[in-house]
Amino acid sequence: MNAPISEDDLHAWADGQLDPARLIQVETWLAAHPERRTQAEEWRAQAARLHRAYDRVLDEAVPARLIPAANSARWLDARKLAAVAWLGLGVITGFFLRGETVRDPGAVMAAASLPRQAAIAHAVFVPEVRHPVEVGADQEAHLVGWLSKRLGAPLKPPQLESVGYRLVGGRLLPGDSGEVAQFMYENAERKRLTLYVRPDAPKAADTSFRYARENGIDVFYWTDSRFGYALSGNTGREDMLRLATLVFQQHPQ
Amino acid sequence: MSNRDAIIAEIPRLRRYARALTGRADAADDLVQETLQRALEKWRLWQRQRDLRPWLFSIMHNLHVDGRRRDHRIDFCADDDLPVPVQRASQQDALELRDLERALALLPPDQREVLLLVGLEELSYAEVARALKIPQGTVMSRLSRGRVRLRALLAGETAPILKVVST
Repeated sequence: MNAPISEDDLHAWADGQLDPARLIQVETWLAAHPERRTQAEEWRAQAARLHRAYDRVLDEAVPARLIPAANSARWLDARKLAAVAWLGLGVITGFFLRGETVRDPGAVMAAASLPRQAAIAHAVFVPEVRHPVEVGADQEAHLVGWLSKRLGAPLKPPQLESVGYRLVGGRLLPGDSGEVAQFMYENAERKRLTLYVRPDAPKAADTSFRYARENGIDVFYWTDSRFGYALSGNTGREDMLRLATLVFQQHPQ
Repeated sequence: MSNRDAIIAEIPRLRRYARALTGRADAADDLVQETLQRALEKWRLWQRQRDLRPWLFSIMHNLHVDGRRRDHRIDFCADDDLPVPVQRASQQDALELRDLERALALLPPDQREVLLLVGLEELSYAEVARALKIPQGTVMSRLSRGRVRLRALLAGETAPILKVVST
C-alpha cells in the first residue's frame, strides 16, 4: 500500500503538492531521515527567496501599453461569435422598425443596432449557470457605483420584485462606442430577463417604445437623454411589454 | 468576470514570471506584451475547460524559446549586463537579489523555467508539463537538477557554465 518515498515525493513535499494521505507518509519518513528533511527544506527556502525577490513585481503598476483595448472585437470568444453568427443569419435589416416613418437614417441605424446587440448579449449570458453576472446583487451598492462610474452617469437597476423578478446582478460589456451595462433578473421559474443599457444613445426626438423580435428573443427598447435601454427576454410579448413598462417608469427622463 | 478582465487579472503574474525568467524589466514587459497579443490571436482556439493561467504561461514559453533561437544568443550574462535591482529596501536585499538574478541567469533555461513555474508561480507539476508540453517525468528531472544547480550557484561553488543555447 505504501509506495516507497521517492525524490519526487520530497519535491512535492517542498512544493505543497502532496495529497493529505501521502503527506502523512512523507512526514513520517522525513522524521526518520533528517538529512533529507534539511534538503527538502532548502528547496522550500529557495522558493521563498524567489518570492522575496520577485513578488514586488505584483505590486507595480502595469504599464498602459500592456493592457488590451476594451473594444477589440478579438476579445469575443467562440461562443459569442457563434451567437453573433446565429443572429446575423436570422436578422434581416428591415425587420426592426417596421412601419415606422424614418427621417434620419443614421439615427435609425444606431437605434436599430440596440435591440440586436441587446439580444446578442442576452443570448450569450442568460444560459450561464456559474457566471451569469460579474457582480452579484448581494453587492448592489458596489454594482451601482461601478457601472455608473464606467458609463459616466448615474445608473440604477430597476426593481422588479413586485412582478416576481429578483436582480441577479450585472456586468460590463464592450459596445460599439464604449462600455455597456447589462443587468440580469430571474424569477422563481428561473426565467431570465436582461436589461441592456448603453450610454450616448442618439438623441431621438421621441422616447417611444419600440419592439423587435431577434431570433426568438423579445426586445423592447427605448432611449432617453442619456441612455438607450433594451429589455430582452422570452416570456411572451404581452408579458415583456408589461415588464418593459415597469422598467421604463422607473427611469425618469 | 469577462474574458478580457480574466486576462488582465493575469498580467501581474505574467510580469513577475517574465522578470525572473529574463532578468530584465524591459525585455520582460516586451515578452508579456507579445504573450498578450498572441493570446488575443489564439483566443478562439482556447478551450474554456483549460485553465487560463497555464495556457498563458505556455504561450509565453513558446515565445521565449523562439526569442532565444532568433537571437542565437549565448545564455550567459556578463556582470555589466545584469539587471540593476529597483526599489532597494536595503543593501542586504539588493545584494541578495543580485546574487539570485545572477544564479538564475546561469541556470540552463529549461531548468530555470521549471524552477520558476513551480517555485515562484506555484503551478502544479501537471500544469507545468502541459504548459511546456513535456512529460511530467521531465518536469521532475529538470526541477531536481535545477534545484541542485541553483543551490550550488548561490553557494558560489560552481564556475559559470557557458552554453550556446541553440545554433
